[in-house]
Amino acid sequence: MKIEQYTPAEERLFYILLALGGLVSALGLAAAYYMEHSGHVVTGMTNQVFWGLPHVFGIFLIVAASGVLNVASIGSVFGKKAYKPRAPLSGLLAIIMLAAGLAIIMLDLGRADRVLIAATHVNLTSVFGWNMILYPVFFGLVGLYLWTLMDRRMNAYYKAAGFSAFIWRLVMTTGTGSIFGFVVARQAYQSAILAPMFIIMSFAWGLAVFLLVQRSMYAWNNMELNPALRQRLKNLLGTFITAVLYFVIVYHLTNIYYAKETAFEHFILVSGGVYPLLFWGGYVVVGTLLPLFLLYHPAIWQKSGAVSFAAALTIIGGLCQLYVFIIGGQAFPLEMFPGMEVTSTFFDGAIGTYVPSVPEILLSLSGIGIGFTLTVIGVRVLRFLPQDDVAMLKDAGYLHD
Amino acid sequence: MSEHHINTEKDSGNGGASRRNFIGAVAAAGGLAAIAPGIHLVQVSQANTPPRPAGEAASKAVRWGMLIDTTKCASGCTDCVKACATENGINETVKDARQGSQWIRKIDIKEVKTGRTHSLPMLCQHCANPPCVDVCPTGASMKRADGIVLVDRHICIGCRYCMMACPYKARSFVHQPLTEQNPEVPRGQGCVESCTFCVHRVDKGQIPACVETCTKEGHNAMLFGDLNDPNSEISRRVAQVTTTQVRADLKLDLGVRYQGI
Repeated sequence: MKIEQYTPAEERLFYILLALGGLVSALGLAAAYYMEHSGHVVTGMTNQVFWGLPHVFGIFLIVAASGVLNVASIGSVFGKKAYKPRAPLSGLLAIIMLAAGLAIIMLDLGRADRVLIAATHVNLTSVFGWNMILYPVFFGLVGLYLWTLMDRRMNAYYKAAGFSAFIWRLVMTTGTGSIFGFVVARQAYQSAILAPMFIIMSFAWGLAVFLLVQRSMYAWNNMELNPALRQRLKNLLGTFITAVLYFVIVYHLTNIYYAKETAFEHFILVSGGVYPLLFWGGYVVVGTLLPLFLLYHPAIWQKSGAVSFAAALTIIGGLCQLYVFIIGGQAFPLEMFPGMEVTSTFFDGAIGTYVPSVPEILLSLSGIGIGFTLTVIGVRVLRFLPQDDVAMLKDAGYLHD
Repeated sequence: MSEHHINTEKDSGNGGASRRNFIGAVAAAGGLAAIAPGIHLVQVSQANTPPRPAGEAASKAVRWGMLIDTTKCASGCTDCVKACATENGINETVKDARQGSQWIRKIDIKEVKTGRTHSLPMLCQHCANPPCVDVCPTGASMKRADGIVLVDRHICIGCRYCMMACPYKARSFVHQPLTEQNPEVPRGQGCVESCTFCVHRVDKGQIPACVETCTKEGHNAMLFGDLNDPNSEISRRVAQVTTTQVRADLKLDLGVRYQGI
């Protein structure tokens, strides 16, 4: 492999980015230490809303980690040559984002020091228990896949490794969706549709993250993505965003149809304050309709930055969607006595309130910081910049003059 | 959480005390009943099973349960809640009541159409098929052979998945450092906890503190005993009156039954 020579300006940029990512990560770690030392009393979490902002960011990263591997899968599993040069970056981001997401979830545990107990105990009736198997195997398979991609001696096995990683990521995201799908107690969850919905969400969020990272790397290297390839990728993102919208509509329509769920749906979609605002404003308008407009308007999508902006909006929309789903799902009270008004000193029957505290926000953002830092190091140490063979792509019919 | 409790008028009648003496006497006679099955007990106490000797595993022949008569449970009365807090050392002061632990709480419910009201204590329902145990990744949430659902505070990692899974909001997460704990009832910051049916008392042949106080104060709204023993008072009552399991649609086979709702 050729040893990269960096200019002094590039060297400086690398260390500035490293320091920036390191600072955000360090602030998050300090916040986690403070929460561990003082207890969750310093957070906005309560005994009604006990999964807060760190879960929103952590689960977003874990779901997107699975989806970001999609780019590699399209190349290796479905044989699309234009995607193959992107496979190493796709695999690297998958590993990094899963690690960052898990770090946030683990640091938010009440007893993070005991996490090894979860790793060494097997409870097959627990979806968390499944995940203790699903995540390490994902790391292993994607690591193996990267090895087969980047080591010529192992190239012969990349399809098998890619296929294994592809199947496993579907299983893994099924597991993430099922964390909620298997919860029978709450109106917001207990639905089999959540597993495929999380998979399609992972496609959209993962591709959005990939496009942003790729764009940044190209910009730093003064490269421009070929317009034809850019069009293919933006169409793919648009398709995924539309598919997520379809699942969201089906999920809410079925709930609205069930009499027992109408009060919950009214809360989430109409009367719940911040939750309808984030659903309609954050997810539907900012995270879905606006990106679709940017991606499919014949003149706008070709403008510089339009696809990246759409990708960024998709990520913001995804975070809003998860916030509504996770926090809103807990804020709505458990219905123990149908047809009754319920009151208690434990806020039964009352809408839960949740305002994230500064330590929680820092811990949540450190997920992005950890992912960013590892990516900056990864792409410098190893050769992850997609190297498009333009002649080969033209021959394959992907590019046109 | 005691700061949130509502003081109520206490019934100072001595009926409860005599009943308690009776309970003690029958508990002591439990062994005799075991070796003399022909003896017909006129009234079976709430603790008719002998203490569990140290080192002996809990028996699945027993299914501890509770019957709550909501017609005798007065709105505003929190004697059971206070007894639980005292017994289990739930004495910490919390700035935000939403972050405090409540192992047992009083719920007031009103039928929307008729306006009819009920008051009842809500606590861990000690399900035969507990969702909290199903979802626990470490095995900290567990069900004893005798049906008591517990959290092992030594291996709970504080993930709160059990709180997500519980349909009864019966579990609390300890949000802050704790002091002055009851040595028999270990609790810990960062762990999840819930009603233990006062397992440390039950193992000594006593009844849970909430039930004892409710009875002692003359309310007689709570009954504790072995649901598997057809001769226990709770079994006979459950066989005679209509009882309700909260969210029976989930088919969790609850250890706590309600009468009058």
